[in-house]
Amino acid sequence: MRLGLDAHRRLTLVATCTVAVILAIMPFPAWAEPFRPDWVGLVLIYWCLAMPERTSVGTGWLLGFLQDVLYGSLLGSNALGKTLLAFLTVRLHLQLRMFPRWQQAVSIFGLLIANQLLVLWIRGAIGQAPDTFIYWTPSVVGALLWPWLFVILRDLRRRGGLT
Amino acid sequence: MINVFGRSVGAPSNLTRLILLSALSVALMILDHRGHHLEKIRSGLNLLAYPIQLIASVPAYVGGSIGDFFTTRGTLRQDNEKLLAERQGLNAKVQQFDALEEENARLRRMLGSAAQVADKVLAAELVEVSSEPFTRKIVVAKGSRDGVYVGQSVIDAHGIMGQVTQVASQVSRVTLITDAGHAIPVLDNRSGLRMLVFGTGDPDTLKVPYLTSASDIKEGDLLVSSGMGGTFPPGYPVAQVRRIVNDPNEAFLAITAKPAAQLNHGKQVMLIWRGTPPKSGASAK
Repeated sequence: MRLGLDAHRRLTLVATCTVAVILAIMPFPAWAEPFRPDWVGLVLIYWCLAMPERTSVGTGWLLGFLQDVLYGSLLGSNALGKTLLAFLTVRLHLQLRMFPRWQQAVSIFGLLIANQLLVLWIRGAIGQAPDTFIYWTPSVVGALLWPWLFVILRDLRRRGGLT
Repeated sequence: MINVFGRSVGAPSNLTRLILLSALSVALMILDHRGHHLEKIRSGLNLLAYPIQLIASVPAYVGGSIGDFFTTRGTLRQDNEKLLAERQGLNAKVQQFDALEEENARLRRMLGSAAQVADKVLAAELVEVSSEPFTRKIVVAKGSRDGVYVGQSVIDAHGIMGQVTQVASQVSRVTLITDAGHAIPVLDNRSGLRMLVFGTGDPDTLKVPYLTSASDIKEGDLLVSSGMGGTFPPGYPVAQVRRIVNDPNEAFLAITAKPAAQLNHGKQVMLIWRGTPPKSGASAK
Protein backbone atom coordinates (compact mmCIF):
# COMPACT_ATOMS: atom_id res chain seq x y z
CA MET A 1 0.00 0.00 0.00
CA ARG A 2 2.85 2.34 0.85
CA LEU A 3 4.55 1.81 -2.45
CA GLY A 4 1.26 2.20 -4.32
CA LEU A 5 1.19 5.86 -3.45
CA ASP A 6 2.60 7.34 -6.63
CA ALA A 7 4.56 10.56 -6.88
CA HIS A 8 1.68 12.53 -8.36
CA ARG A 9 -0.60 11.90 -5.41
CA ARG A 10 2.07 12.63 -2.89
CA LEU A 11 2.83 15.87 -4.70
CA THR A 12 -0.70 17.18 -4.13
CA LEU A 13 -0.48 16.54 -0.42
CA VAL A 14 3.00 18.00 -0.03
CA ALA A 15 2.16 21.01 -2.24
CA THR A 16 -0.95 21.98 -0.26
CA CYS A 17 0.93 21.62 3.02
CA THR A 18 3.83 23.72 1.70
CA VAL A 19 1.48 26.45 0.51
CA ALA A 20 -0.21 26.44 3.93
CA VAL A 21 3.14 26.79 5.70
CA ILE A 22 4.18 29.65 3.42
CA LEU A 23 0.84 31.41 3.96
CA ALA A 24 1.40 31.05 7.71
CA ILE A 25 4.59 33.14 7.62
CA MET A 26 3.81 35.44 4.69
CA PRO A 27 3.87 39.05 5.87
CA PHE A 28 0.52 40.80 6.32
CA PRO A 29 -0.04 44.47 7.08
CA ALA A 30 -0.01 44.92 10.87
CA TRP A 31 -3.76 45.54 11.18
CA ALA A 32 -4.60 42.30 9.31
CA GLU A 33 -2.21 40.17 11.33
CA PRO A 34 -4.80 39.00 13.96
CA PHE A 35 -7.17 37.88 11.20
CA ARG A 36 -4.74 35.40 9.67
CA PRO A 37 -6.36 31.97 10.00
CA ASP A 38 -4.32 28.94 11.03
CA TRP A 39 -3.73 27.75 7.45
CA VAL A 40 -1.61 24.81 8.52
CA GLY A 41 -4.27 23.64 10.98
CA LEU A 42 -7.05 23.92 8.38
CA VAL A 43 -5.16 22.01 5.69
CA LEU A 44 -4.18 19.37 8.24
CA ILE A 45 -7.82 18.94 9.28
CA TYR A 46 -8.84 18.55 5.65
CA TRP A 47 -6.35 15.81 4.89
CA CYS A 48 -7.15 14.00 8.14
CA LEU A 49 -10.82 14.04 7.13
CA ALA A 50 -10.19 13.01 3.53
CA MET A 51 -7.70 10.23 4.12
CA PRO A 52 -7.31 9.44 7.81
CA GLU A 53 -5.49 6.22 6.99
CA ARG A 54 -2.60 8.15 5.38
CA THR A 55 -2.39 11.47 7.16
CA SER A 56 -2.79 11.57 10.90
CA VAL A 57 -0.82 12.40 14.03
CA GLY A 58 2.60 11.90 12.38
CA THR A 59 1.86 14.43 9.64
CA GLY A 60 0.42 16.77 12.27
CA TRP A 61 3.56 16.56 14.36
CA LEU A 62 5.83 17.22 11.37
CA LEU A 63 3.80 20.25 10.27
CA GLY A 64 3.69 21.63 13.79
CA PHE A 65 7.42 21.11 14.21
CA LEU A 66 8.09 22.92 10.94
CA GLN A 67 5.90 25.77 12.19
CA ASP A 68 7.89 25.95 15.42
CA VAL A 69 11.13 26.22 13.47
CA LEU A 70 9.77 28.92 11.16
CA TYR A 71 8.11 30.89 13.96
CA GLY A 72 11.07 30.63 16.29
CA SER A 73 8.63 29.58 19.00
CA LEU A 74 9.31 27.08 21.77
CA LEU A 75 10.34 23.91 19.93
CA GLY A 76 7.54 21.37 20.32
CA SER A 77 4.70 23.71 21.31
CA ASN A 78 2.96 23.90 17.96
CA ALA A 79 3.99 20.31 17.25
CA LEU A 80 2.04 19.17 20.30
CA GLY A 81 -0.98 21.30 19.33
CA LYS A 82 -1.05 19.96 15.77
CA THR A 83 -0.60 16.36 16.96
CA LEU A 84 -3.66 16.73 19.16
CA LEU A 85 -5.58 18.43 16.35
CA ALA A 86 -4.81 15.56 13.94
CA PHE A 87 -5.70 12.94 16.53
CA LEU A 88 -9.08 14.52 17.33
CA THR A 89 -9.91 14.96 13.65
CA VAL A 90 -9.09 11.35 12.78
CA ARG A 91 -11.03 10.16 15.83
CA LEU A 92 -14.10 12.15 14.74
CA HIS A 93 -13.73 11.88 10.96
CA LEU A 94 -16.76 9.59 10.43
CA GLN A 95 -19.12 12.01 12.19
CA LEU A 96 -17.53 15.12 10.65
CA ARG A 97 -17.91 13.77 7.12
CA MET A 98 -21.65 13.31 7.67
CA PHE A 99 -22.31 16.82 8.90
CA PRO A 100 -23.77 19.52 6.62
CA ARG A 101 -21.14 22.11 5.70
CA TRP A 102 -22.13 24.75 8.31
CA GLN A 103 -22.23 22.21 11.12
CA GLN A 104 -18.84 20.98 9.98
CA ALA A 105 -17.55 24.55 10.23
CA VAL A 106 -18.80 24.79 13.83
CA SER A 107 -17.02 21.54 14.74
CA ILE A 108 -13.84 22.73 13.02
CA PHE A 109 -14.08 25.86 15.16
CA GLY A 110 -14.06 23.64 18.24
CA LEU A 111 -11.01 21.73 17.00
CA LEU A 112 -9.09 24.91 16.19
CA ILE A 113 -9.93 26.34 19.62
CA ALA A 114 -8.64 23.16 21.29
CA ASN A 115 -5.34 23.57 19.41
CA GLN A 116 -5.08 27.27 20.34
CA LEU A 117 -5.94 26.56 23.97
CA LEU A 118 -3.14 24.01 24.24
CA VAL A 119 -0.64 26.43 22.68
CA LEU A 120 -1.89 29.22 24.99
CA TRP A 121 -1.31 27.03 28.06
CA ILE A 122 2.21 26.23 26.92
CA ARG A 123 2.96 29.89 26.26
CA GLY A 124 1.43 30.79 29.62
CA ALA A 125 3.67 28.24 31.34
CA ILE A 126 6.79 30.00 30.00
CA GLY A 127 5.33 33.45 30.75
CA GLN A 128 4.66 34.64 27.22
CA ALA A 129 0.89 34.49 27.04
CA PRO A 130 -0.86 37.32 25.17
CA ASP A 131 -3.53 38.83 27.43
CA THR A 132 -6.08 39.78 24.79
CA PHE A 133 -9.24 38.23 23.41
CA ILE A 134 -8.05 38.96 19.87
CA TYR A 135 -5.93 35.84 20.37
CA TRP A 136 -8.94 33.72 19.39
CA THR A 137 -9.81 35.47 16.11
CA PRO A 138 -7.73 33.10 13.91
CA SER A 139 -10.06 30.25 14.90
CA VAL A 140 -13.16 32.31 14.08
CA VAL A 141 -11.76 33.32 10.68
CA GLY A 142 -10.66 29.74 10.06
CA ALA A 143 -14.14 28.35 10.74
CA LEU A 144 -15.71 31.00 8.47
CA LEU A 145 -13.29 30.11 5.66
CA TRP A 146 -13.75 26.36 6.08
CA PRO A 147 -16.63 25.77 3.57
CA TRP A 148 -14.69 27.44 0.74
CA LEU A 149 -11.38 25.89 1.66
CA PHE A 150 -13.07 22.48 1.77
CA VAL A 151 -14.33 22.84 -1.82
CA ILE A 152 -10.96 24.07 -3.12
CA LEU A 153 -9.01 21.27 -1.47
CA ARG A 154 -11.53 18.63 -2.56
CA ASP A 155 -11.16 19.71 -6.20
CA LEU A 156 -7.38 19.67 -5.87
CA ARG A 157 -7.51 16.22 -4.33
CA ARG A 158 -9.69 14.83 -7.13
CA ARG A 159 -7.47 16.35 -9.77
CA GLY A 160 -4.45 14.90 -8.01
CA GLY A 161 -6.09 11.47 -8.08
CA LEU A 162 -6.10 11.00 -4.32
CA THR A 163 -9.00 8.95 -3.07
CA MET B 1 6.10 12.75 4.73
CA ILE B 2 3.11 10.47 4.91
CA ASN B 3 5.02 7.33 4.10
CA VAL B 4 6.96 7.56 7.31
CA PHE B 5 3.90 7.50 9.48
CA GLY B 6 1.44 5.87 7.07
CA ARG B 7 -0.50 3.11 8.75
CA SER B 8 0.25 -0.40 7.67
CA VAL B 9 -0.34 -3.82 9.18
CA GLY B 10 1.24 -4.07 12.59
CA ALA B 11 1.88 -0.31 12.86
CA PRO B 12 1.10 1.31 16.23
CA SER B 13 -2.39 2.75 16.68
CA ASN B 14 -3.15 6.45 16.50
CA LEU B 15 -3.48 6.67 20.27
CA THR B 16 -0.07 5.10 20.81
CA ARG B 17 1.49 7.45 18.30
CA LEU B 18 -0.28 10.42 19.93
CA ILE B 19 1.20 9.50 23.30
CA LEU B 20 4.69 8.94 21.87
CA LEU B 21 4.73 12.16 19.85
CA SER B 22 3.31 14.17 22.75
CA ALA B 23 6.06 12.86 25.00
CA LEU B 24 8.61 13.80 22.33
CA SER B 25 7.12 17.32 22.06
CA VAL B 26 7.17 17.82 25.82
CA ALA B 27 10.78 16.60 25.98
CA LEU B 28 11.74 19.04 23.21
CA MET B 29 9.99 21.91 24.98
CA ILE B 30 11.76 21.20 28.27
CA LEU B 31 15.15 20.92 26.56
CA ASP B 32 14.52 24.10 24.59
CA HIS B 33 13.23 26.17 27.50
CA ARG B 34 15.21 24.91 30.49
CA GLY B 35 18.70 24.22 29.33
CA HIS B 36 18.89 25.84 25.91
CA HIS B 37 20.45 22.55 24.82
CA LEU B 38 19.03 22.88 21.35
CA GLU B 39 20.94 25.97 20.14
CA LYS B 40 23.04 23.96 17.67
CA ILE B 41 20.10 21.91 16.38
CA ARG B 42 18.04 25.05 16.18
CA SER B 43 20.49 26.97 14.04
CA GLY B 44 20.76 23.93 11.76
CA LEU B 45 16.99 23.78 11.43
CA ASN B 46 16.87 27.51 10.78
CA LEU B 47 19.28 27.00 7.92
CA LEU B 48 16.84 24.48 6.40
CA ALA B 49 13.96 26.87 6.98
CA TYR B 50 15.74 29.74 5.24
CA PRO B 51 14.54 28.85 1.68
CA ILE B 52 10.91 28.74 2.88
CA GLN B 53 11.34 32.13 4.52
CA LEU B 54 12.83 33.52 1.31
CA ILE B 55 9.90 32.22 -0.77
CA ALA B 56 7.41 33.66 1.71
CA SER B 57 9.08 37.06 1.59
CA VAL B 58 8.98 37.28 -2.22
CA PRO B 59 5.48 38.85 -2.59
CA ALA B 60 6.27 41.64 -0.12
CA TYR B 61 9.63 42.20 -1.80
CA VAL B 62 8.13 42.31 -5.30
CA GLY B 63 5.33 44.58 -4.08
CA GLY B 64 7.92 46.94 -2.62
CA SER B 65 9.98 46.92 -5.82
CA ILE B 66 6.95 47.68 -7.98
CA GLY B 67 6.07 50.51 -5.60
CA ASP B 68 9.62 51.86 -5.90
CA PHE B 69 9.54 51.64 -9.68
CA PHE B 70 6.39 53.74 -9.95
CA THR B 71 7.53 56.40 -7.51
CA THR B 72 6.91 59.67 -9.30
CA ARG B 73 9.51 62.32 -9.97
CA GLY B 74 7.56 64.71 -7.74
CA THR B 75 7.74 62.35 -4.76
CA LEU B 76 11.44 61.85 -5.31
CA ARG B 77 12.04 65.60 -5.45
CA GLN B 78 10.01 66.09 -2.27
CA ASP B 79 11.95 63.32 -0.54
CA ASN B 80 15.19 64.85 -1.72
CA GLU B 81 14.28 68.28 -0.35
CA LYS B 82 13.17 66.78 2.94
CA LEU B 83 16.39 64.80 3.29
CA LEU B 84 18.52 67.84 2.44
CA ALA B 85 16.73 69.90 5.10
CA GLU B 86 17.14 67.05 7.59
CA ARG B 87 20.83 66.76 6.77
CA GLN B 88 21.39 70.45 7.35
CA GLY B 89 19.71 70.21 10.72
CA LEU B 90 21.81 67.18 11.65
CA ASN B 91 25.01 68.86 10.44
CA ALA B 92 24.28 71.82 12.68
CA LYS B 93 23.85 69.45 15.61
CA VAL B 94 27.02 67.53 14.81
CA GLN B 95 29.08 70.74 15.04
CA GLN B 96 27.99 71.04 18.63
CA PHE B 97 28.40 67.33 19.19
CA ASP B 98 32.13 67.43 18.43
CA ALA B 99 32.67 70.19 20.95
CA LEU B 100 30.52 68.45 23.53
CA GLU B 101 32.27 65.12 23.06
CA GLU B 102 35.62 66.84 23.57
CA GLU B 103 34.32 68.53 26.70
CA ASN B 104 32.82 65.29 27.97
CA ALA B 105 36.11 63.43 27.48
CA ARG B 106 37.96 66.23 29.30
CA LEU B 107 35.55 66.14 32.24
CA ARG B 108 35.79 62.37 32.45
CA ARG B 109 39.57 62.58 32.46
CA MET B 110 39.35 65.03 35.33
CA LEU B 111 37.10 62.61 37.19
CA GLY B 112 39.44 59.75 36.38
CA SER B 113 36.71 57.56 34.91
CA ALA B 114 36.77 55.63 31.66
CA ALA B 115 35.66 57.44 28.55
CA GLN B 116 32.78 55.98 26.62
CA VAL B 117 33.74 54.58 23.29
CA ALA B 118 31.45 54.85 20.30
CA ASP B 119 29.49 51.69 19.52
CA LYS B 120 29.99 49.88 16.23
CA VAL B 121 26.86 49.65 14.13
CA LEU B 122 25.86 47.40 11.21
CA ALA B 123 22.73 47.95 9.13
CA ALA B 124 20.62 44.84 8.46
CA GLU B 125 17.77 44.28 6.06
CA LEU B 126 14.51 42.80 7.39
CA VAL B 127 13.38 39.44 6.00
CA GLU B 128 9.68 40.02 5.49
CA VAL B 129 8.16 37.07 7.31
CA SER B 130 5.73 36.93 10.19
CA SER B 131 6.47 35.23 13.48
CA GLU B 132 4.10 33.28 15.68
CA PRO B 133 0.79 35.14 16.08
CA PHE B 134 0.74 37.53 19.04
CA THR B 135 4.47 37.50 19.59
CA ARG B 136 6.61 40.48 18.60
CA LYS B 137 9.58 39.15 16.72
CA ILE B 138 11.30 40.05 13.47
CA VAL B 139 13.81 38.27 11.26
CA VAL B 140 16.86 40.14 9.95
CA ALA B 141 19.16 39.07 7.12
CA LYS B 142 22.39 39.00 9.13
CA GLY B 143 23.60 35.96 11.01
CA SER B 144 26.50 34.37 12.82
CA ARG B 145 28.76 34.72 9.77
CA ASP B 146 28.40 38.51 10.16
CA GLY B 147 29.29 38.22 13.83
CA VAL B 148 25.76 38.53 15.19
CA TYR B 149 25.37 37.00 18.67
CA VAL B 150 22.50 36.15 21.01
CA GLY B 151 21.72 39.08 23.31
CA GLN B 152 22.92 41.71 20.86
CA SER B 153 20.98 45.00 20.88
CA VAL B 154 19.04 46.14 17.84
CA ILE B 155 18.12 49.80 17.25
CA ASP B 156 16.60 52.00 14.58
CA ALA B 157 17.01 55.74 14.01
CA HIS B 158 14.72 56.55 16.94
CA GLY B 159 15.61 54.14 19.72
CA ILE B 160 16.06 50.59 20.93
CA MET B 161 14.01 47.97 19.08
CA GLY B 162 14.94 44.77 20.90
CA GLN B 163 17.54 42.06 21.20
CA VAL B 164 18.72 39.11 19.14
CA THR B 165 17.36 35.84 20.54
CA GLN B 166 18.23 33.27 17.86
CA VAL B 167 21.09 33.17 15.40
CA ALA B 168 21.53 31.06 12.28
CA SER B 169 24.35 31.52 9.78
CA GLN B 170 22.50 33.92 7.45
CA VAL B 171 19.52 35.15 9.46
CA SER B 172 18.72 35.90 13.06
CA ARG B 173 15.55 36.49 15.01
CA VAL B 174 15.05 39.61 17.08
CA THR B 175 12.61 39.81 20.00
CA LEU B 176 11.14 43.31 20.11
CA ILE B 177 10.73 45.25 23.36
CA THR B 178 6.94 45.01 22.90
CA ASP B 179 6.95 41.17 23.10
CA ALA B 180 5.01 39.89 26.10
CA GLY B 181 8.09 38.04 27.39
CA HIS B 182 10.52 40.96 27.20
CA ALA B 183 11.78 43.41 29.82
CA ILE B 184 14.43 46.13 29.59
CA PRO B 185 16.07 48.17 32.39
CA VAL B 186 15.71 51.93 31.86
CA LEU B 187 15.98 55.19 33.70
CA ASP B 188 13.88 58.32 33.56
CA ASN B 189 15.87 60.89 31.60
CA ARG B 190 14.45 63.74 33.72
CA SER B 191 14.60 62.38 37.25
CA GLY B 192 17.11 59.54 36.93
CA LEU B 193 14.61 57.09 38.46
CA ARG B 194 15.46 53.48 37.58
CA MET B 195 12.77 51.04 36.46
CA LEU B 196 11.94 48.11 34.21
CA VAL B 197 9.87 48.40 31.04
CA PHE B 198 7.89 45.31 30.01
CA GLY B 199 6.35 44.41 26.65
CA THR B 200 2.63 43.67 26.47
CA GLY B 201 2.30 41.88 23.13
CA ASP B 202 0.51 44.96 21.78
CA PRO B 203 2.55 46.52 18.94
CA ASP B 204 2.38 50.03 20.37
CA THR B 205 2.24 49.67 24.15
CA LEU B 206 4.77 49.05 26.90
CA LYS B 207 4.05 48.88 30.61
CA VAL B 208 6.03 50.05 33.61
CA PRO B 209 5.00 48.08 36.71
CA TYR B 210 6.23 48.20 40.33
CA LEU B 211 6.33 51.99 40.77
CA THR B 212 4.53 53.53 43.75
CA SER B 213 2.69 56.84 43.72
CA ALA B 214 5.69 58.44 45.46
CA SER B 215 7.87 57.84 42.38
CA ASP B 216 9.11 60.85 40.46
CA ILE B 217 7.68 60.11 37.04
CA LYS B 218 5.47 62.24 34.79
CA GLU B 219 3.53 61.74 31.59
CA GLY B 220 5.75 62.58 28.62
CA ASP B 221 9.01 61.58 30.33
CA LEU B 222 11.60 59.99 28.09
CA LEU B 223 12.89 56.63 29.31
CA VAL B 224 16.41 55.76 28.16
CA SER B 225 18.26 52.46 28.55
CA SER B 226 20.24 52.36 31.79
CA GLY B 227 22.74 49.71 30.73
CA MET B 228 22.09 47.73 33.90
CA GLY B 229 22.27 43.99 33.40
CA GLY B 230 24.77 44.50 30.63
CA THR B 231 22.57 43.46 27.71
CA PHE B 232 21.64 46.88 26.35
CA PRO B 233 24.05 49.80 25.93
CA PRO B 234 23.18 52.79 28.13
CA GLY B 235 21.74 56.07 26.90
CA TYR B 236 19.54 55.01 23.99
CA PRO B 237 15.88 56.12 23.97
CA VAL B 238 13.47 53.29 24.76
CA ALA B 239 10.03 54.77 25.35
CA GLN B 240 8.00 57.80 26.28
CA VAL B 241 5.54 57.68 29.18
CA ARG B 242 2.07 57.93 27.73
CA ARG B 243 -0.31 57.60 30.67
CA ILE B 244 -0.09 57.25 34.44
CA VAL B 245 -3.15 56.00 36.32
CA ASN B 246 -3.11 56.15 40.11
CA ASP B 247 -5.78 53.80 41.42
CA PRO B 248 -5.81 54.06 45.26
CA ASN B 249 -6.94 50.42 45.47
CA GLU B 250 -3.80 49.21 43.75
CA ALA B 251 -0.37 49.00 45.33
CA PHE B 252 1.40 50.31 42.23
CA LEU B 253 0.84 52.89 39.52
CA ALA B 254 -0.52 51.67 36.18
CA ILE B 255 1.89 53.23 33.68
CA THR B 256 1.82 52.74 29.92
CA ALA B 257 4.51 53.95 27.57
CA LYS B 258 4.99 54.26 23.84
CA PRO B 259 8.09 52.73 22.22
CA ALA B 260 10.54 55.33 20.90
CA ALA B 261 11.65 53.13 17.98
CA GLN B 262 9.34 52.73 15.02
CA LEU B 263 8.84 49.01 15.46
CA ASN B 264 6.34 48.48 12.65
CA HIS B 265 7.90 50.65 9.97
CA GLY B 266 10.99 50.59 7.87
CA LYS B 267 12.93 47.81 6.21
CA GLN B 268 16.24 48.32 7.96
CA VAL B 269 17.44 47.93 11.49
CA MET B 270 20.86 48.45 13.04
CA LEU B 271 22.81 45.91 15.08
CA ILE B 272 25.13 47.33 17.74
CA TRP B 273 28.47 46.01 18.93
CA ARG B 274 29.31 47.66 22.22
CA GLY B 275 32.40 49.82 22.15
CA THR B 276 34.72 48.31 24.77
CA PRO B 277 35.88 50.95 27.23
CA PRO B 278 39.63 51.01 27.98
CA LYS B 279 40.67 49.03 31.03
CA SER B 280 41.98 51.91 33.15
CA GLY B 281 40.58 55.41 33.28
CA ALA B 282 44.01 56.98 32.82
CA SER B 283 44.45 55.62 29.31
CA ALA B 284 41.45 57.53 27.96
CA LYS B 285 42.44 59.89 25.21
